[in-house]
Amino acid sequence: MKINFLLNGKETEIEIEPDRRVIDLLREECGLTGSKECCGAGECGACTILVDGESRLSCLMLAAQLEGREVITIEGLAKDGCFHVVQQAFVDYGAVQCGFCTPGMILAAVDLLRRNPTPSREQIREGISGNICRCTGYQKIVDAVYFASLALQGVN
Amino acid sequence: MMEIFFPDSLDELWAIMSANPGGAVMAGGTDLLVRIRKTGRKPPALFCLERIDELKQIRENEKVIFIGAYVTHQRLLENLTVQKRLRALWDAVSVLGSPPVRHSGTIGGNLCTASPAGDTLPPLYVFGAEVDIRSKSNKRSVSVAEFITGPGRTSLHSGEIVTRVSIPLPAPGTISRYYKAGKRKAMAITVASMAVQAKKDENGIIELIKLAWGSAGATVVTLPEAEEFLRGHTLSEERLRQAGKLVSAGVTPIDDIRGSAAYRRMVAGNLLLRLAHEN
Ligand SMILES: Cc1cc2nc3c(=O)[nH]c(=O)nc-3n(C[C@H](O)[C@H](O)[C@H](O)COP(=O)(O)OP(=O)(O)OC[C@H]3O[C@@H](n4cnc5c(N)ncnc54)[C@H](O)[C@@H]3O)c2cc1C
Ligand code: FES
Ligand code: FES
Repeated sequence: MKINFLLNGKETEIEIEPDRRVIDLLREECGLTGSKECCGAGECGACTILVDGESRLSCLMLAAQLEGREVITIEGLAKDGCFHVVQQAFVDYGAVQCGFCTPGMILAAVDLLRRNPTPSREQIREGISGNICRCTGYQKIVDAVYFASLALQGVN
Repeated sequence: MMEIFFPDSLDELWAIMSANPGGAVMAGGTDLLVRIRKTGRKPPALFCLERIDELKQIRENEKVIFIGAYVTHQRLLENLTVQKRLRALWDAVSVLGSPPVRHSGTIGGNLCTASPAGDTLPPLYVFGAEVDIRSKSNKRSVSVAEFITGPGRTSLHSGEIVTRVSIPLPAPGTISRYYKAGKRKAMAITVASMAVQAKKDENGIIELIKLAWGSAGATVVTLPEAEEFLRGHTLSEERLRQAGKLVSAGVTPIDDIRGSAAYRRMVAGNLLLRLAHEN
């Protein structure tokens, strides 16, 4: 089956079995290995992507569901060689250790800031509650998202 | 390989369903796709509801809100009527899964999964929700209590789907809440939960009270004797504690990896005490 969708801003047409999972489509057919698979069951958030702007789990979506949709993966977040504000904040606040959770965590944070541009620390915790990190202990991730929200509001 | 269909309308859905016997309906897929992967049992076809606009509508009049089966938990969370007048349902979707699960998961899927831990079910019980069901040739409505027939079982016949849930809007002055006890705050399957809808008179005496417990039996548990015990009284801690004893004795939970039956009985009773702190 041919499916057409917008992948990180590029019109994409791909021939694929309709019941392949989106995580497999991205990693194996498109070579985009930023999205990770860990649990394969919705529990860990490592495979988080944005579909029409909303965070979705690519291990729980089928290729055919992407027809006509707009997909953003971690590879599509930087613009013109510059990190997205949230990516930069993760670097600046040391929110990355092994990095396995990072792509999903960053996209979850982008989704949260779209829904709520001025989150409290508690709301940030809730916003990333579907993403598991086994390294950082979350404090630095919460810091990074908090400072990214200030940067996006133009507060320095 | 599973064939995957995206009908644009119910008429198209009926045609596709009759041409592909043995297929399964898919809404957000957060239960179905997990189950297919775990069991390895792939239905020959999936009928995706995501492009049928009729199933995504939320409409209301002064008395009732009609929620389409394909309304996601996120949309319920953002709906002002749900926020203001159906607080127990709002509480439930705010603790259901995680943001991406709420972006995909739907109210129809939560109902049809019929898990004893399904978070929207106890609120739908206390609000007296009706489930609207359709098939190619038939339309019917049943109460949510009639709809859920056992753990993982519903009264849906083959060829039928849930099209919407109708919830009577509580009278002004009615409060409702949903309390969930889980192993941790987010992404935790319920150990025990309770929904309440209550109305007090000007002296704080309970005129109306509806209670329902999740994860406390094979399906949602209701205990008319506990409601009866509280009606006509103020919600003093003492009265609630006594009612809690009735609850602990009345619920029928199971032992599993998330908690023993004895622990669930205790939690189910103790959740009532939270009412002492609501006004
Ligand atoms: C990580 C994770 C966390 C979760 N946490 C929670 C939680 O905290 N609380 C909770 O209650 N649930 C939780 N769930 C379960 C699930 O997300 C919810 O039950 C959700 O509401 C299911 O909706 P869905 O649209 O994804 O259903 P689907 O998976 O699409 O469908 C579920 C079942 O219902 C049938 N179905 C769906 N819609 C219809 C319809 N309109 N008519 C007829 N049949 C239909 C399908 O055939 C299938 O059998 C969680 C799931 C995951 C993966
Ligand atoms: S791999 Fe998708 S949520 Fe864990
Ligand atoms: S940085 Fe290693 S899992 Fe989060």
